[in-house]
This record gives sequence, structure tokens and C-alpha cells, in this order.
Amino acid sequence: MKSDLLKQAFDKQKAFKKHAISYRKKPLESTKTPDVPKGLYEQCDACKKTFMSEDIVNNRFVCPACHHHFRLRAVDRLSLMVDSHSFIEKGLGYITLDPLFIDGYESKIADYKKRTGLDEAYIYGYAQIKGLPLVIGVMDSYFMMGSMGSVVGEKVTKSIEYAMMKKLPLVMFIASGGARMQEGIYSLMQMAKTSGALKKFNDQGLLFISVLTHPTTGGVTASFASLGDIILAEPKALIGFAGPRVIKQTIKQDLPEGFQRSEFLLEKGMVDKVVDRHHMRDTIHQLLRFHQKEL
Amino acid sequence: MDILKKEMRLNQLEATLKELDDVQAKAEINEKIEAYKNNMMKKLTAWDRVLLARHPKRLTAKDVIECVFDEFMDLHGDRAFEDDQAIVGGIATIEGRAVTVIGQQKGKTTEENIACNFAMPHPEGYRKALRLMKQAEKFNRPIITLIDTPGAFPGIGAESRGQGEAIARNLYEMSGLKVPVIAVVLGEGGSGGALAIGVGNHVYMLENSIYSILSPEGYASILWKDASKAKDAAEAMKLTSYDLREQGIITGIIKEPIGGAHRHPKNTCLNIKDTIMRSLKHFDSYSAFEITKERYNTYRSIGFLQRFNYENLKGVIK
Repeated sequence: MKSDLLKQAFDKQKAFKKHAISYRKKPLESTKTPDVPKGLYEQCDACKKTFMSEDIVNNRFVCPACHHHFRLRAVDRLSLMVDSHSFIEKGLGYITLDPLFIDGYESKIADYKKRTGLDEAYIYGYAQIKGLPLVIGVMDSYFMMGSMGSVVGEKVTKSIEYAMMKKLPLVMFIASGGARMQEGIYSLMQMAKTSGALKKFNDQGLLFISVLTHPTTGGVTASFASLGDIILAEPKALIGFAGPRVIKQTIKQDLPEGFQRSEFLLEKGMVDKVVDRHHMRDTIHQLLRFHQKEL
Repeated sequence: MDILKKEMRLNQLEATLKELDDVQAKAEINEKIEAYKNNMMKKLTAWDRVLLARHPKRLTAKDVIECVFDEFMDLHGDRAFEDDQAIVGGIATIEGRAVTVIGQQKGKTTEENIACNFAMPHPEGYRKALRLMKQAEKFNRPIITLIDTPGAFPGIGAESRGQGEAIARNLYEMSGLKVPVIAVVLGEGGSGGALAIGVGNHVYMLENSIYSILSPEGYASILWKDASKAKDAAEAMKLTSYDLREQGIITGIIKEPIGGAHRHPKNTCLNIKDTIMRSLKHFDSYSAFEITKERYNTYRSIGFLQRFNYENLKGVIK
């Protein structure tokens, strides 16, 4: 039965001793490098112009020329969003196991752990924005495309429950390719789990702001990402259920310009607001302020 | 040799049986058929089950509704955009009690399949399902859902109208329903498109149905960059009813006759009816609160992971 499977998978995991126990020896540090850290200079993906890495970082990881938003690591997102030193991480110590016994999944996870310094594609904790307390959750698209397996699903659920326990508003920054294929049906069921937890959360009358960043697709779009009381999006982020490639293959037509981008979704009424990175912190602070008992 | 070829061979044998008049020859062939069934068709690989789940003659939701329920009235529309033919739904009676039935409808011919979009619902289909579920909750009717879809439809219209939101909303609302939800996977349970009507107190699968995060073809092309390895993917994905029961995802398996449900639809439907009735009776003694709580706890506990007590680890710098 399942417990046997769990034990088996756990024994297998022990081969990767170094990364089996996932705790952090060093505190998280902002990487201070944009998209792909290659050194002093960085080329923008959109306009192909080259800038000093430092300039991009100082511009909140936004291209100074064409306003392209670089993908952000979870730690960088936190450092941009919350008051310095206010973040207290919760929900550590989870271990990703390999339920389908796929060759190479564990080594892949170990590799991502080493490269990102995270234990999974989602971190959450207590934080403050301009003095207002909240629970903040951030997905990291650098960790296996931010895909949702058992651990991410569990941590998302835990973050919802933590916010519920503390009676605090919850803000989530989504960046995910969807459910994690390598964990099969368990990943799929995380969709029901997280959505169910949000139902409980909402019944308590608490605020959930979901911020969709590039990319938000698949099973994450079809669960907690779309369930925010207020849904914000970063400019030009890819947001959708099915990926553009799959849609193109299915309908055998070219997709319209700007399809599944934030602005498209705004037009179709699927998001509340498109907010660029320079104004994100202020916008969220304002929203939090609106939901204070006494303004 | 996969199950479809074996089935062809079995059909040949059965055809010869019909042509024969001689009693002894008939008995001989009959014996042969039984032996063939028991030796060749009993043990199925995961890929065989995939093929059976997608069999063109497989029981559809409408077949099951007709056979299992005494009366059925179909209801249409999501009240916002249009009626999605991929999802059938309405009010039915089973042994003297009213229930709401929602199913994903596949066709048996090409025309039928085009009409119901190969059982791939659009957002309006999911919203229609949600409307019917909310209605059932209001009138305190149990909900029975019949799952059979390759997945939610990926198209421009579907995305524009919020496919992701529609599925998410269903998951969200279903987890809080105050009436029991019994889900039965008839054929293919494809990804979020299936789960969107599948958040049940009890989830059953027909023996030869599949339930997975995506199709074996998609899995093979994403993980191994080769869609032709779908057979291997089917084995690796653990998508059969037996695998899912082992993983603790589903409540139980509904038996099918040897060779698949379509060979004896009536028997299969009887089994389905038995299971549904047993489930309904099980929830008779539950209060609304207990029903919601049980469903929530079931899904809350699903996950394949370990956790160390971080605070108690020695030598860890926080």
C-alpha cells in the first residue's frame, strides 16, 4: 500500500544524502543578478540590447529600454516586495520524494536545490509591507519551472492554513509551468487540495491576493492562482491553462498576437489589474490598507 | 500483441461459433473461447487498459445514465454563454431517490464526437456543471459525476473565457458542497479537465479506466521528447485503477467483464449501480457538516512527501 511505497521511495532518496534533509544552513540572500547570471553584462530577451547587470538590478529587474520584466528568483521577489529583515520563513524541512520511481528525478531535484538554494519551488512566511503584516508566498520558476508536486502543493496549503491561523491577508506570487509531471496523479490532486484550503480560508473572510507573473500556466492556473479575491498580473506575462504550443497543435491555426498575455486577459476580464513591477509594492500596500479594519 | 488484436481474434472465434450448427463442434469452440479469454485476456498491461479506456465502443456517460438510473431529465446551459455538449447533466432517480447526474459525453461515431467535441469541455461546460451542483446542494440531492474526458479543451475560445478559472472555481466550490459527491471514472480521466467534476467524497474507477495527469503520449513527449514511447509512459505513469487504489487516491474499483465493459454493458452498469447505491446509503447517516469535512480531509491528506521537524534538528543554524 501507500505507506510501503513511501518507505521505498524514502530509502531510495537516502542515496542522495547530501540533499535529503532539506534545511537551510545559510539565510536566503538576494542573488543580485537578472535572468541568467552571466557576468557584468546582460542582454534583454525582448529588445536584445545589452545593459550592465547592475543597471537592470537597480531598475527592479526591468529592462531600462523596453520595459521587459525579467524573470525573478523567489528571493529577489521578496527583497523587492517586503520590508527588509521582516521576512520570517515558515514551512521548512519538506523532502521531495519520487512516487513513480523515475530515473533521474531525484538527481534533478538535488541539482535544482543546489542551484537555487531553495528546497522546493515555493517559499512562504510572515512578512511586512510598509509595516502592514501579511503572509507572503512566492513561487520560483527557476526551480523546475515552478512546477507543483506534492511538496509545493503541501506548502501552498500550509501557507493558506498559516494565514488562516494568524488571521492575516495572504499574497501569492505565482510563477509556474503547472502540475509536476514526474509525480503523476499526486500532483494533480494538489489542485483539489489547494483549492479546498482556499475555500476554507475565504469562509473566514480573509483576503487573498494572487499576483500572476510570467509564466502562469497549467494546473496552477486551474487552481489557487485563479482564486484570488483580487488578481493582479505583471505586464506581458504568459497566463493560461493550456500552453500556446498545445493550442496551436490542437486547432492547427496561428494564435493571435498577444494571446494569453496579461493585457489580453485584462481585456477578457480575467484579471483585475496589470501592474508593473515599479508599482507592485505600492499597489499591494494600498490593497492591504483598504482591507484594514481601521484605515 | 495488444488487447485490440486479441479482441479481434476473439471476435473471429465468436463469429465461427455462430456459423456452426454441430453441437460438438460448438462445444469445442466454446471451450476454446473460454480458454482464450482466461489465458490471453485476463492479464492486461497498463497500455491495454489505456486502449480499452479509449475503445470506440466504450460505455459513454449517456449509456450509463440510461442503464443505471430509472428516470433522467437533461438540463442545459450555464446561463452565461452557451450550452456545452461535452457535458451532460440533469436530474435522475435511482431506486426511488432523486440525484443530480453530471457526465462528460464522448461520441461513438465521428459526427457524435464532433458534436460533443470529443468530450473535451469548454469553460461554459464546467460552469454548467457547477450550476447543476449548486442546484443539487440547494435541494439536498446527492451528486453523481461520470468522468470520461481526454482533458479540458485547449483552444482560443476556451482560453479567452477562462478555462483555468472555470476549473479552479469548480474545485473550490466542490470542496465545500454540503451534499455527497460520488465520482465514477468511466473511461479516460484526463488531468484537470477530469478533476474539475471529480472532487468526490467517494471516487470509483471502472477496472479498465485510466486517471492521469496527462495523456501517456503527452507524458512521453514532455519527459522523453518522443511521443511514440506512449506505451512505456503508460506503464511508468501508474494510471490504472489498481495503481490508483494502491496510491490511496480512489475509493474503489468497479469490476468489468473480461475483455472490457463494452462486451457486457448491462453487467457493468449493474456493478456501477450497486456501487452507487452502496455509497449513497453510506452517506445517509452523515450530516452536511460531516460530508464536507470528510471530503476536505480526504483531499487535504493526499501527497507523497516526508517532513523533518525542522525546529528539532540539531546543529542547524536558523
